[in-house]
Amino acid sequence: MQATKEVTKEASDYVAAFHEQAESQRGKMPAWVEDLRGRAIEHFEMVGFPTTDVEDYKYTNVAPIARGNFQPASEAQAKNLIDGQTLERFVYPEAKRSRLAFVNGIFSSELSAIENLPDRVVVTELREALGGEYADLVRGYLARGAETSGDDAFTSLNTAFLSSGAFLLFRRNVSVEQPIHLLFLSTSSGAEKPIAAFPRVLVLAETGSEATVIEEHTAINDGDVYFSSPVVEIYVDDEARLTHYKVQRESSGAFHVAQTRAEVGRGSRYDSTTVTLGAALARHNINMQLRAEGSESWIDGLYIVDTGQHADTHSLINHRAAHCVSHQAYKGILDGKSRGVFNGRIFVHPGAQQTDAYQSNKNLILSNEARVDTKPQLEIFADDVKCSHGATVGQLNEEELFYLTSRGLQPELARNLLTYGFAEAIVQKIKVESIKRQLDEAILNRLHARLEA
Amino acid sequence: MLEIKNLHASIDGNEILRGISLTVNAGEVHAIMGPNGSGKSTLSKVLAGHPAYEVTEGEILFEGKDLLELDPDERAREGIFLAFQYPVEVPGVSNAQFLRLAYNEKMKHTGGEELDPLEFKDYLSERAKIVEMDASFMSRSVNEGFSGGEKKRNEILQMAVLQPKLAMLDETDSGLDIDALRIVSGGVNKLRSEDKGIILVTHYQRILNYIIPDFVHVLYKGRIARSGGKELALELEEKGYDWLKDAARETALAGAR
Repeated sequence: MQATKEVTKEASDYVAAFHEQAESQRGKMPAWVEDLRGRAIEHFEMVGFPTTDVEDYKYTNVAPIARGNFQPASEAQAKNLIDGQTLERFVYPEAKRSRLAFVNGIFSSELSAIENLPDRVVVTELREALGGEYADLVRGYLARGAETSGDDAFTSLNTAFLSSGAFLLFRRNVSVEQPIHLLFLSTSSGAEKPIAAFPRVLVLAETGSEATVIEEHTAINDGDVYFSSPVVEIYVDDEARLTHYKVQRESSGAFHVAQTRAEVGRGSRYDSTTVTLGAALARHNINMQLRAEGSESWIDGLYIVDTGQHADTHSLINHRAAHCVSHQAYKGILDGKSRGVFNGRIFVHPGAQQTDAYQSNKNLILSNEARVDTKPQLEIFADDVKCSHGATVGQLNEEELFYLTSRGLQPELARNLLTYGFAEAIVQKIKVESIKRQLDEAILNRLHARLEA
Repeated sequence: MLEIKNLHASIDGNEILRGISLTVNAGEVHAIMGPNGSGKSTLSKVLAGHPAYEVTEGEILFEGKDLLELDPDERAREGIFLAFQYPVEVPGVSNAQFLRLAYNEKMKHTGGEELDPLEFKDYLSERAKIVEMDASFMSRSVNEGFSGGEKKRNEILQMAVLQPKLAMLDETDSGLDIDALRIVSGGVNKLRSEDKGIILVTHYQRILNYIIPDFVHVLYKGRIARSGGKELALELEEKGYDWLKDAARETALAGAR
């Protein structure tokens, strides 16, 4: 007997909001986008929000999001919520003139600054790209992964409410020095109900190109309650190199459910580092497709959480071709009453010989109330591969602490130093100083200042 | 300077030190020798305040203060230093940063002058000469990727920087080749002075050819079995530690008779 899926009240609120929005925007989007959105809401209606009965959401209860009564942001709502002076806090000097800014997922041209980028680099609002000269290109890629990744409810929801986002195109052999900063600011201030933001990002790195993208999610006011659910789709063509930083510093009251899907071509390299510092509940789904020979991917991350925070990373690394390398190192630092979840799957498809896959998840627990559930998994359908994985959950080493305190350091300082040491390998990878500084502060309680002052 | 009276200490319920009494005055070098498991290293760890050891009886006075009342970091700021047998690696923090933190913590406590990074750099490069370490070590992470000998030299460098009143060297000679031993001992000798006490914990007599002790104590089963001058070390070198067992057995037999 086939089970029938009951559409819950929570899901139907989003469906109603969708129809209301679709009605008001009718004719403003190309027909194919309206179709895409229509199919997405149908899919969402069918699958509904996942419950903890679903294996993938066993440790992460999204019921607060389902019940949260969030209102999808609209252009009118997102206007004038932040002035230029406040913006300064969020500007990275490294990307002062290569920034696209969004408020509640809606593009803001006033807060953005794009100047002096090389020719053949396109950094623009996605909405614009849907209609203009890149429309066919965008159409070819947008939501292309939906079929292969078996979209979950959140991706469908994002597609259903697709109205704004970023389109980045790096043409053949172009190399961009300055990082492109995608700044996603969220706030529910001035809104009747807490806001839901659904930004969408499409990155196309053509053959031989080289670029760095910073995807940052942050709050205008800490403590604000909102729901932010970005979907980022990345295509790295043959011999191209893309560096991707995802920095999540949402409000301590926020919900953040993000999807990153990357597909890489022959001889290419995709290097991502995800930094998770914020949100009450954060879930990051990573879907990596190594689809042609000789590609490499680095998928690293660091999550630092404290009381009231839950951070979940689910990744699936697909080796679909021979001679590909994937390295994944995730580290977690958990303090107070916090929770970390890591679920990493490496899937080596038939024929993906000479695969070199490595995955590790290491956790440092700083309190008795923190908890981690970690599950690295390997599924291998090729016979000539090198795959390894491992996970650890531990506390600060007493001998190491004794060593530092025996030199006269206060115990708290000693703990901070060792915590920093634990995270160091990931921090070192980050080549953007502004991100590194944010991390230093988060890890060390401003020890950095004490070291340098 | 240091007065240990009838010290008993245990770890996980096993008594390791069973009544040690020892006095170290400023300017003196005391060598503590003994076979493996005699309690040599435990003594130095208890003095430094290692949390795994419990002092069950006795007292330790350092310049008249009750040392057992102080946490390890407080003891360090009072002027106690332990050169570790197995120094710990601290990735991500450079030697220079770490040493300046420790130095300034101590200055804060003793009312001395704290140094900024530039001032400290000068001070550090001057101190580094004592153990023949070059500048490249200062920017490297603490002990990370150091060879065994480099780690030991780094311990003596820390001692040179922090200038403790009482330094305990826990088997600093173990695992050193002859050149490293010469450099490390040379460093210690340069740091020897009238106002400082040194406790040298060692299994072998070898290092005592370089650092001449004023007193030698032989530990056996948690007690001082014999004390004497530097010639006692030579005697041990000749006879080994077996005579201790014989002596202990005789004592036991005498007790049984």
